[in-house]
Amino acid sequence: MHDVKTYWFDCGPVTAIPLRGARTVVTPRREIAVFRTANNDIFALENKCPHKGGPLSEGIVHGHKVACPLHNWVFDLESGEALAEKACVRTFPVKIERGRIYLDMGVAASG
Amino acid sequence: MGQVDQTSVPTKIVVIGNGMAAGRAMEELFAKQRPPLQVTVFGAEPRVNYNRIMLSPVLSGEKTFEQIIIHDEAWYAKHCVRLRSGQPIVAIDRKAKTVVTSGGDQVPYDKLVIATGSQPFVIPVPGANLEGVVTFRDLDDVEKMHAAAATGGNAVVIGGGLLGLEAAAGLALKGMKVSVVHLMPTLMERQLDPSAGYLLEKAISERGIDVYTKANTEAILGSDRVTGVKLKDGAILPADLVVMAVGIRPNFGLGKAAGLDCNRGIVVDDWLRTSDPDIFALGECVEHRGQCYGLVAPLYEMAKVLASELAGEKPSGFVPAVTSAKLKVTGIDLFSAGDFSDDDENNEIVLRDPARGIYKRVVIHDNKIIGAVLYGDTEDGGWYFDLLKKGEDVGAIRDTLIFGQAYQGGSPLDPTAAVAALPDDAEICGCNGVSKGSIVAAITSGGLATLEDLRAKTKASASCGQCTGKVELLLAATLGESYESSGRKPMCKCTDLTHEEVRRLIKTKPLKSQPAVMQELGWKTSGGCPSCQPALNYYLLCDWPLEYKDDYQARFINERVHANIQKDGTFSVVPRMWGGVTSAAELRAIADVVDQFKIPMVKVTGGQRIDLLGVKKQDLPAVWAQLIANGLMSGFAYGKSLRTIKTCVGSEFCRFGTQDSTGLGIKLEKLMCGAWTPAKLKLAVSGCPRNCAESTVKDIGVICVDSGYDLHIAGAAGLHVKATDLLGHVDSEEEALEYIAAVAQKYREEANYLDRLYKWVEKTGLEHVRRAIMEDHDNRKALYERFLLSQRVARKDPWAERVAGRDLHEFMPLAVISRIAAE
Ligand SMILES: Cc1cc2nc3c(=O)[nH]c(=O)nc-3n(C[C@H](O)[C@H](O)[C@H](O)COP(=O)(O)OP(=O)(O)OC[C@H]3O[C@@H](n4cnc5c(N)ncnc54)[C@H](O)[C@@H]3O)c2cc1C
Ligand code: SF4
Ligand code: FES
Repeated sequence: MHDVKTYWFDCGPVTAIPLRGARTVVTPRREIAVFRTANNDIFALENKCPHKGGPLSEGIVHGHKVACPLHNWVFDLESGEALAEKACVRTFPVKIERGRIYLDMGVAASG
Repeated sequence: MGQVDQTSVPTKIVVIGNGMAAGRAMEELFAKQRPPLQVTVFGAEPRVNYNRIMLSPVLSGEKTFEQIIIHDEAWYAKHCVRLRSGQPIVAIDRKAKTVVTSGGDQVPYDKLVIATGSQPFVIPVPGANLEGVVTFRDLDDVEKMHAAAATGGNAVVIGGGLLGLEAAAGLALKGMKVSVVHLMPTLMERQLDPSAGYLLEKAISERGIDVYTKANTEAILGSDRVTGVKLKDGAILPADLVVMAVGIRPNFGLGKAAGLDCNRGIVVDDWLRTSDPDIFALGECVEHRGQCYGLVAPLYEMAKVLASELAGEKPSGFVPAVTSAKLKVTGIDLFSAGDFSDDDENNEIVLRDPARGIYKRVVIHDNKIIGAVLYGDTEDGGWYFDLLKKGEDVGAIRDTLIFGQAYQGGSPLDPTAAVAALPDDAEICGCNGVSKGSIVAAITSGGLATLEDLRAKTKASASCGQCTGKVELLLAATLGESYESSGRKPMCKCTDLTHEEVRRLIKTKPLKSQPAVMQELGWKTSGGCPSCQPALNYYLLCDWPLEYKDDYQARFINERVHANIQKDGTFSVVPRMWGGVTSAAELRAIADVVDQFKIPMVKVTGGQRIDLLGVKKQDLPAVWAQLIANGLMSGFAYGKSLRTIKTCVGSEFCRFGTQDSTGLGIKLEKLMCGAWTPAKLKLAVSGCPRNCAESTVKDIGVICVDSGYDLHIAGAAGLHVKATDLLGHVDSEEEALEYIAAVAQKYREEANYLDRLYKWVEKTGLEHVRRAIMEDHDNRKALYERFLLSQRVARKDPWAERVAGRDLHEFMPLAVISRIAAE
C-alpha cells in the first residue's frame, strides 16, 4: 500500500441518479458504478462483476444490495462482498455534501 | 445560587437569538455555580421564549400561545437577564467586541453566543413572493395562517415532511381544504421507509387532505395574491394560502459576515467554540463535525455543554447524537430513529398487522439495533431508541424483539409450539373472525386436513391470506405427523402468499401501489426483493393500467433501457419488422447505422427480424434516433412482452396459401405491440397447414385454412418443447384478432409472473381457457376491451420516448474523468 492523496471529485447532484438506481463514472483506470439507494445513500463500486465482468450499475438495487444483471450474483454495496459466493468487488470512498456526490479520485484513479 | 465572587466584574455575555437552544442553554447555566455574569439576550421575535415545537398544536387550535411559553417575563427578571426582544442584531464587530442592533445600538460583550436557528427555505419558483405565501417557523407565521383560515378556502402545503404535514393537519382542523404537494414518492421519506410512508399517506388522506406525491411545483399563480399552485405535470391546484415547508437552512449570515469559519453552518468544535475563541454558537445555525441538526434533542445536549463551558467547568464535549422523530398530529402514531436504510432481510425484523394498520421494523447490525420505524403502535419506540443509543446486544432477544418490551422475559417458543399454546378463543383470521378453537374443531371433528378445505369451510385465511402461515401451523400442530403441507409455493421469501393469491388480492382489495401490496398483505420485508419487485410491478401495471405508474427501478436492465444486455455489457438492438416484412429503405437505414456506429455483428433472428449486436450503451439513443427517423421502432426483443409475430407469405404469393397470413400477422402485431406480459409472448401465422411459420410451437399460433382460421395456444420451443393445443376455429380475420387479443389478456391477468403461456394453461387447464374465449362471448368481449384499454397506455415506442429525452441518465455516465487534475 502506498499513500494516495485524497482528492474529492464533484460528480454532480445526487438527484442525477434515480432512487434505487446507478450511474457510472468513467476514469482512465476503470469504470465506477455509483449507486443511490431508496434512502438516498450513495455507494461506489467497481463497475465490474468478479464473476464474468457484468456491469453492476445495470443491476436491480434492493436495500443496500445489487444483483448483477448477467447471472444474478448479489453484492453488498457497503462492503462489496458477494452474498452467496466467495467473491468481492472493490468499493471506493464517496460522500455527499450539499446534495452533491464526491468521489475520492485519489483512490479511484490509482492502482 | 452558590458562592458568588462579589469583587470581580461580571462577564458580559451577549446572546443573539432567543429560541429553543438559547433558552435551554441559559436555563442550564443558571442552574450552575458560576462566576458573576451579566447576560443580555437579543431576539428578533417581539416576544419571550416559547416552545417552537408546539406551534403545530397552536396552529391546529389544540393549544394557545400562552400554554407554550417557556420563559415568561418573570423568569428573565428573576435571573437578571436583559431581554431585548424585537431587536435583531445586524452586525458583529469582533475587533471592538460589540454587536450592533437594528436600532444602531452598539452593545459590548466579553463572550458572544450565536443561536440564530434556521431560516425556512423558499423554493425559487415564480410567484414565491406573492401575498398569501407563508412559511412555518414562528408565531407570526401561525398568525398569518390563522387569518387565512378564518375565511376558509383552499390551502396548498408544499412539502410532505414533518413540518408540512403538521401544517396541513392543523389547517384542515381549522376548516381549510388542504392539499399537500410532495416531490418524493412517499411522505416523510427522510424519517420513514416506503411502507410506513404508505400508511401515513392513507391516514392523511382519510382526514380529507389531498396528497400529491412525485409532484414538482412549477409556479405559484396569482397577480397580487396567490390563487393557485401549478405543478410540472400541468395540474393546477386552487389556493388561497400556500405554505412552503420544504426544508430549512442554517441562519449563519451574521457569523459569516463577521468572518467566522462557516460551511453549511457556523463551524464549531466539540465545545461549541467558533473560529473566534470568544464566540460560541449552538442550535440549528451550527455545523458540528460536518453535521447540522433540525431537531431539538441534540440542541439540548449542546446547551448542556455550552452552559458548562460558560460556567468555567471543563465539559467533556458535544458528541453527535442519533435523533428520533415523531409526528405531532393527533391520532397518527409514528416513530422513527437511527438508520433504517438497510432493507437486507437478514438485518431487519418486520411485523405488519394489516387489519390494524400497524407496521414495525427494527434494523439490526452486528446484534445491535441501528434503526427503527414504527407506525400505528409506537409504544415501544422509546425502548428501541434506548437500546439503540446504548448499543446493547440484542442477539439473545432477537426472536421476540419486534413484539416489544412487554413480551420480553418469557422463553422463546418455536412457531408451531407458539400457535399450539394459544388459547382457544385467540383470533387467527382477523378478516373473517375465526378463532383458533373453531379451526381446531374443524380439523378434529370436521375431518378437514388441507388448507384448501379449511379455507372453504371456515373461511380462515380465505380473505387477505395474511394468516395462511398460522393456519398451516395449526394444521401441523393438530394433525402432527399425518399432515402433509399443501405444497403451496410462496411467491418469494418476503411473503407466505402464492403468486395466485397476491394477484387475486391486488384486484379484490384493491391495491394500487407496491407499498400498499406489501403493507396490506403483510410482507415480511420492508421493500421486497429482486424477485417480487418485478412481479408486483407487472401485476399492478396489468391490473391498473391507467392508475399505476410503472416503476422502472423494479425492472430488469433490458426492460429499463429497451435493449438486450450481452455478456460483455454491450447491447443488442432489434427493430420491429411487422410480420417479418421489411423494405429496401429499412434495410438501408439499418446498414447506415451499422456503418456509422461500427456495430460489429448483424444477425437474422429466429423471429424473422434483424439483430444489431454489440452496440455500446451510450450509443443507444443515437442509434435509435436514426432508426426512428427511417420509420423503424422498438421490437421489444428484450421484454416480458409481445415479441415477434412470425408469418409465412400465405395467399399473397404462395401457391398453397389459403388466407393472407402475412397481412394477419402484421395486423396482430400492430394490435398487440408494446403489451407487457407475464413472460415473453411469441406468435406465428401460417397460411396453410404446411405450417411454414411453425405456428404449432408458439405461445399462440394461427393456421389458416380455407374456411378461416384455426387458433392454437400453449406451444413451446425452448428449454421445453411442446406442440400447441387447438383452441378453436373462427371464420373471419376480425374474429381472429379479437379472440387472440382476448387470450393474451386472459394470460396477462391470470398467469404468474415469468410463467410462459403454456405453463399457465398447464396450471389452469385448456378447457378453462377454451370456454372463456370460445363460448362465453360476453367474457371474451370484455377481455378484448380490457386489452384495448391497456394498449391505449402501452402502445408507444419506448425508443422514441428516449430519443425525445426520457431517462437520459440511463445512457450517459455521471461523469467522465480523463486524468487527475494537477494539484
Ligand atoms: C412548527 C415546528 C414544529 C417542530 N417540531 C419539532 C419536533 O416535533 N421535534 C423536534 O425535535 N423539533 C421540532 N422542530 C424544530 C425545533 O423547533 C428546532 O430544532 C429548534 O427550535 C431550533 O432551535 P434554535 O434555538 O437553534 O433555533 P430557533 O428556535 O429557531 O431560535 C432562533 C431564534 O433566533 C432569532 N434570530 C435569528 N436571527 C437573529 C438576529 N440576527 N438577531 C436576533 N435574533 C435572531 C429567531 O427569530 C429565532 O427566534 C419544529 C419546528 C417547527 C417550526
Ligand atoms: S404455410 Fe402454407 S401458405 Fe404459408 S408458405 Fe407454407 S405452404 Fe405456403
Ligand atoms: S457476471 Fe455478474 S453474476 Fe455473472
